Amino acid sequence: MNGARTQPVSAAGGAARQAAGLPRLLPHGQGHARQPVAYRGADLIEAIGRSGLTGRGGAAFPVHRKLAAVKRCTMVIANGAESEPLSRKDATLLRLAPYLVQDGLHLVAEAVGAREVRLYTNEDGFLGGQETAVLNKVTGGPALPTFTPPRPAERGYLIHNVETLAHIALIARYGADWFRGAGTETEPGTMLTTIVTAGGTAVRETDIGTPLAGLAGLGDADLDKAQAVLIGGYHGTWLPTAVARHLTLDNAALRRHGASLGAGVIAVLPGDVCGLREAARVTRYLAAESAGQCGPCLNGLPRIANAMGDLTRGQQSGTRDIERWLGLVAGRGACHHPDGTARFVRGALDVFAAEVSLHAHGRCSAESRKPFLPTGSRP
Amino acid sequence: MNIVVNPIACAGHGACAELVPELIELDEWGYPVIDPHDVPAGLERQVRKAVSSCPALALSVRERQRTS
Repeated sequence: MNGARTQPVSAAGGAARQAAGLPRLLPHGQGHARQPVAYRGADLIEAIGRSGLTGRGGAAFPVHRKLAAVKRCTMVIANGAESEPLSRKDATLLRLAPYLVQDGLHLVAEAVGAREVRLYTNEDGFLGGQETAVLNKVTGGPALPTFTPPRPAERGYLIHNVETLAHIALIARYGADWFRGAGTETEPGTMLTTIVTAGGTAVRETDIGTPLAGLAGLGDADLDKAQAVLIGGYHGTWLPTAVARHLTLDNAALRRHGASLGAGVIAVLPGDVCGLREAARVTRYLAAESAGQCGPCLNGLPRIANAMGDLTRGQQSGTRDIERWLGLVAGRGACHHPDGTARFVRGALDVFAAEVSLHAHGRCSAESRKPFLPTGSRP
Repeated sequence: MNIVVNPIACAGHGACAELVPELIELDEWGYPVIDPHDVPAGLERQVRKAVSSCPALALSVRERQRTS
């Protein structure tokens, strides 16, 4: 596998892919809509099971297990909220191939006997895309996570990420074996990734298992100048560039380094910005984005964010407190926000340890003070 | 069975930690940190009392089952 197996969102790349007989999500989705659907209903559910498709919203949960878990499904919801500030892949998909999402949505509704479908694209803060928040909003509440169980599937609602539904639309046409023709044995298919570098943000369709260093749009130059790579977005994991450049993009490989693909965000931190300041700024954002519903998250995240801010100012007295608070927040919320935030901070403290020391001596390695990682409104 | 707290409903009253100090302690903000293991048979009555005493109705017990 090499860079040629990734598909840039451009006409040229798409044409190359199509010429190779491998139609995929982008950008020629419209062509698929003219292909006849080969699998419907129970046949489609069976094909999805054989395809090994996992959810593309971040959790990578097997789609067929979610389908099996739904009881008397009343509504299928396509989740296009994409509330992660770094991610662009769902918006890109909805712009370039909305018919694939719509088609997957209707095919799933038909297969599970649901009479209603929704496309959810609200932007309601960082937690607004969480499955339970989406359901809460759709059923008349605020876009905030709720306590589970019961899970949405147990309440008769099936919520799939828009990319997941687009893959289903293709599986319905070309079958499970075709789908398994890309990706790895245990993680088949392609996935949309958002690659954030000093040069900007790009969305690519990538075979799962592609070497990170070979991703189109992510040249060696980017990696040579980088100081760290954030994999999986703001609930993801920081890795040193030396580690990241030898990884393949599949959860089996990433898990060995405590990372996972999440919703496919790969952010390459340029060498001229301060990783500690970037991490502290994002932690502040994540603390502010807490729904404030659960005591440990409400109390812990702002304290962690303050202590990270102290580290940027060279005050290390709170280092032990951070460690304790990270342990106290993880796993104690109704949603995974405290867990994900703790993972982000832990990785940052690990990868930017040298920067923390510099700051303790009143110094900073950065040449640029311009913020790199987006917080809040989309850049 | 094991103890489950609904962290959204929990308001940190702390009654549970008083009733079952063997399995529940309060963190520095007053919210319960719960022993994730099965409740020993000898403590089941205490735990049920804590469940019914929670002012926020945030505490429950769940029979062990395989979940995803």
